[in-house]
Amino acid sequence: MPLKILVTAKRVEDSESKIKVDAAGTGIVKEGLKYKINPFDEIGVEEALRLVAKHGGEVVVVSVGTKDVHEQLRHALAMGANKAVWVHHDGPIDQLGIAGCLQKVVEKEKPDLCILGKQAIDDDQGQVGQYLAEWLGWAQATFASKEESLESEAEKAKTPAIQLAADGKSITVIREVDGGLLTVSSPLPAVATTELRLNQPRYASLPGIMKAKSKPIEELTPAGLGVDVGVKLTVTKLAPPPARKAGIKVPDVATLVDKLKNEAKAL
Amino acid sequence: MGNVLIFVEANPDGSLRKATLNAITAGQQLAKATGGEVHAVALAKDAGALANAVKAHGVKVVHAGSGPHFEHYVAEDFAPAVAALATTLKAEWVGAAATSIGRDLLPRVAAKLKAAMASEIMSVTGSGADVAVTRPMWAGAAIATVKLSSPVKCFTVRATEFALAEASGGGEVQPFTPAAPEKPLTKFVGFKEVKSARPALTEARVVVSGGRGTKGDFGPIEGLADELHAAVGASRAVCDAGWQPNDLQVGQTGKVVAPQLYIAAGISGAIQHVAGMKGSKTIVAVNKDPDAPIFQVADYGLVADLFKALPELQAAIKAAK
Amino acid sequence: MNFALSDDEKALQETARKFAREVMRPKAAHCDEASEFPKDIIRQAAELGLMNMTVPQAHGGMELSHQAQVVIAEELAWGCAGMATSMIANDLALLPIILGATSEQKEKFLRPFTTGFKLASFALTEPGAGSDVAGMRCTARRDGDFYVVNGQKQWITNGEYADQFSLFCTLDPAQKHKGIMCLVVEGRPKGLTVGKHENKMGQRASNTVTLTFEDVRVPVANRIGKEGEGFLIAMNTLDNSRPLTAMFAIGIARAAMEHALDYSRQRQQFGKPIADFQGIQFMLADMAADVEAARLLTYKSAWLLDSGQRNTLVSSYAKRFAADMAMKATTDAVQIFGGYGYSKEYPVEKLMRDAKLIQIYEGTSQIQRLVIARELIRG
Ligand SMILES: Cc1cc2nc3c(=O)[nH]c(=O)nc-3n(C[C@H](O)[C@H](O)[C@H](O)COP(=O)(O)OP(=O)(O)OC[C@H]3O[C@@H](n4cnc5c(N)ncnc54)[C@H](O)[C@@H]3O)c2cc1C
Ligand SMILES: Cc1cc2nc3c(=O)[nH]c(=O)nc-3n(C[C@H](O)[C@H](O)[C@H](O)COP(=O)(O)OP(=O)(O)OC[C@H]3O[C@@H](n4cnc5c(N)ncnc54)[C@H](O)[C@@H]3O)c2cc1C
Repeated sequence: MPLKILVTAKRVEDSESKIKVDAAGTGIVKEGLKYKINPFDEIGVEEALRLVAKHGGEVVVVSVGTKDVHEQLRHALAMGANKAVWVHHDGPIDQLGIAGCLQKVVEKEKPDLCILGKQAIDDDQGQVGQYLAEWLGWAQATFASKEESLESEAEKAKTPAIQLAADGKSITVIREVDGGLLTVSSPLPAVATTELRLNQPRYASLPGIMKAKSKPIEELTPAGLGVDVGVKLTVTKLAPPPARKAGIKVPDVATLVDKLKNEAKAL
Repeated sequence: MGNVLIFVEANPDGSLRKATLNAITAGQQLAKATGGEVHAVALAKDAGALANAVKAHGVKVVHAGSGPHFEHYVAEDFAPAVAALATTLKAEWVGAAATSIGRDLLPRVAAKLKAAMASEIMSVTGSGADVAVTRPMWAGAAIATVKLSSPVKCFTVRATEFALAEASGGGEVQPFTPAAPEKPLTKFVGFKEVKSARPALTEARVVVSGGRGTKGDFGPIEGLADELHAAVGASRAVCDAGWQPNDLQVGQTGKVVAPQLYIAAGISGAIQHVAGMKGSKTIVAVNKDPDAPIFQVADYGLVADLFKALPELQAAIKAAK
Repeated sequence: MNFALSDDEKALQETARKFAREVMRPKAAHCDEASEFPKDIIRQAAELGLMNMTVPQAHGGMELSHQAQVVIAEELAWGCAGMATSMIANDLALLPIILGATSEQKEKFLRPFTTGFKLASFALTEPGAGSDVAGMRCTARRDGDFYVVNGQKQWITNGEYADQFSLFCTLDPAQKHKGIMCLVVEGRPKGLTVGKHENKMGQRASNTVTLTFEDVRVPVANRIGKEGEGFLIAMNTLDNSRPLTAMFAIGIARAAMEHALDYSRQRQQFGKPIADFQGIQFMLADMAADVEAARLLTYKSAWLLDSGQRNTLVSSYAKRFAADMAMKATTDAVQIFGGYGYSKEYPVEKLMRDAKLIQIYEGTSQIQRLVIARELIRG
């Protein structure tokens, strides 16, 4: 039963880049920053590729943003995705706007499954997958993960963790939740979001990168899709996290526990 | 007037998830800032007990919705009930603790309400029309002040940033009949509690490390680590002596770790060791030498014999839980 | 003029960098210490396309531009120069075929490298013929449809594991460079013996052996180019590979600079980070400027090749400058680390040992100067 899977590829600051708030307190210092695909999205691309390798089908990757997102779309294409959709938008956008665009792309592409990152490592909001599922009226399986297994490294490198039922009508997902692993079954079409442990994404191979150049990237716009991307969420100020305070000596264990609990909030 | 509705979360055994009380405190701050009341919503197969567990903690009304489809938490079943109640109550703010359930549920509720949402809020600022919340971005490298402009607004709460709402009495429980889900979507299959062995050193939230001061006896280190569900680390002196395996070595030529909490006991704080742990959020040092260099990097230093202090610390943490 | 990498080059660089960081680096110290050839890592690199980059598309390859290749080479050497040498040895060994073979020969000798994992060696140097290539004594005698090869080749990278050799030998040592030809030796023919893996100072992850040929029969059909064209093919090959070797020096030096920069910010003496001392700052500043200069020179030597121009002079500039620069940068990095730099627990002493080889192989720094001077004086 071939699957059509839609995945996302948000452009985010590389986690190795040092994020610094700018002097005005309205943004971050862009100089010297490197960008890459949101790592959770990359895991989504990998899972989708494994699913279609096993069941047949195709993978469509979507990104919303400026022309720069082509880099991330190409990365997903180089990993093996079949085609890309670029929703061209240059200004600010919030999670509602992004989910709105994705909803329209889904209605156009009609995938059986959407796999998104559980969050993007820049905004850290963790909302888009759920908005999308609700607006489509689809099932959601967030924080998809994997149980430690005894299969060989080679098997692990290609087996999908998301299981498709024999009749092709539902998926079984192991969700990583507080305190343990929750197994759920969601009827298709559905939206899944990825946890870090779901898989280890493959590298974009050099032949893959060269092949990606000839794969299509379709350009759409929010206006063309009929989506209002006026923002309902504004960041009015950015501040660096509170600086590390000079250390202190504590007289006894009781004070230490109290400080850890109430001041450092580390317990 | 901006009413606030807080989702009451249950543990797998049905008891009240404590982080709900931190979320209520955030809800109270929002209600105060916008001049509204705090309501709560408890959903369960039989929601009475769960609702009763929160009613005294500073909420006006706990709305208890019972039904067989609430036996297990599933976003598609819970979200319509929360959203419908929010509309009935004319709630302006709808929130929950930023637990895995809260993070799964609230965006779906927000979608139903066409609400904008702020995740993991850390504080509430301003009042009236100027109410804003702060929340971390870029893994906490920046703290954003965020304004939401949709009529209804949703949020999840970082529990450690708000106190527990105290039992002050007064709230009441009102049963209500939530709409049955439109069509059943996701089904619960099973839950497997993870009683994990020690987490990996480089991934652990808490690391307890021992140095030459342990004289090779890692009993107190391991006891404390178990209590904190922490990984165990060591200085090179310890690994070189063969007291612990080499892969526990923290430092410039060992593992580089950056946990939320790093506890160094009987470690002098040589630069080579410090290079491997100075990125930790909070550093605690236990050393009997008041001049040990480790105290220069520690947020909290305790001058003490580790063989006495660590068991005491372990007991105190257990008691505080 | 344009100094920016293209989108393709950036994407290729990202894969190479990620592979270097996540796969090569974690194993580098171990392979160095144990002098171990990491065949699995090399295989993985081949599968990702980080090897055999020059093979033409007509024969299943990627035919990457020289500019793209040097961008990748920098990352590989940054990960581990020893492993990088073994990876790029394949490209070096395939170049004589790419540059001088008929299209049937290309299909036969290149295709297998694009469909499966294969290693190859470039066999030029001999015990008595290093810088003086034309002094080689490994001979080939015609016998019907075969050549019969006798002699020794020394310092042959990947020799122990190679599935194919690009062998340079002479029909008559007295004819010097006019007597040399290039033969492709397939598999392990009778009469070929492999010596023991050399116990080297640096780049110890790369395999280096002596090959002995005793009446080894090689089909005449395996000759690349004509009899007597071998010297030219070898020199063309080195013109093509020199930018890659130069780039290895830059990868090593960049790694040394990054380590030195990190360490100098952390290490405190006299109550402040040693990075606050001008004596340290000057070393760091020189490293940064020199690495950048070497990179630009190397990019230019690659660009000349891509635009179809002769690059002998500029690629000799690049290799000479980059190799000597890396030696200085890594020595200074050890200096910045002080006593810890001298310890094998820190990464910089390995870089210093690895850098030394770049001044020696594929034309020593002296030979590069000879080439430069000859080109200059000839005008
Ligand atoms: C090349 C090189 C690389 C190195 N890399 C690393 C590295 O990666 N990681 C690393 O850790 N080190 C490294 N070192 C070693 C480092 O320099 C120190 O020697 C080492 O960290 C010291 O370990 P320690 O703090 O456990 O021991 P010590 O320095 O001996 O300190 C022991 C401490 O325990 C205290 N103590 C004793 N008894 C008690 C007690 N009962 N209760 C409480 N406190 C007590 C003492 O006051 C003292 O401060 C490296 C060294 C070299 C040369
Ligand atoms: C690890 C390693 C891997 C190698 N891999 C390969 C390989 O895969 N295939 C291969 O064919 N070869 C390989 N080589 C051989 C390498 O290319 C030679 O070592 C190099 O060309 C130098 O030759 P030599 O060692 O014989 O030194 P020599 O030529 O004997 O040089 C000795 C010294 O004399 C100097 N010198 C020589 N002639 C002159 C001159 N005219 N003017 C001034 N100075 C001069 C040199 O610069 C050097 O300082 C490898 C070598 C090493 C060490």
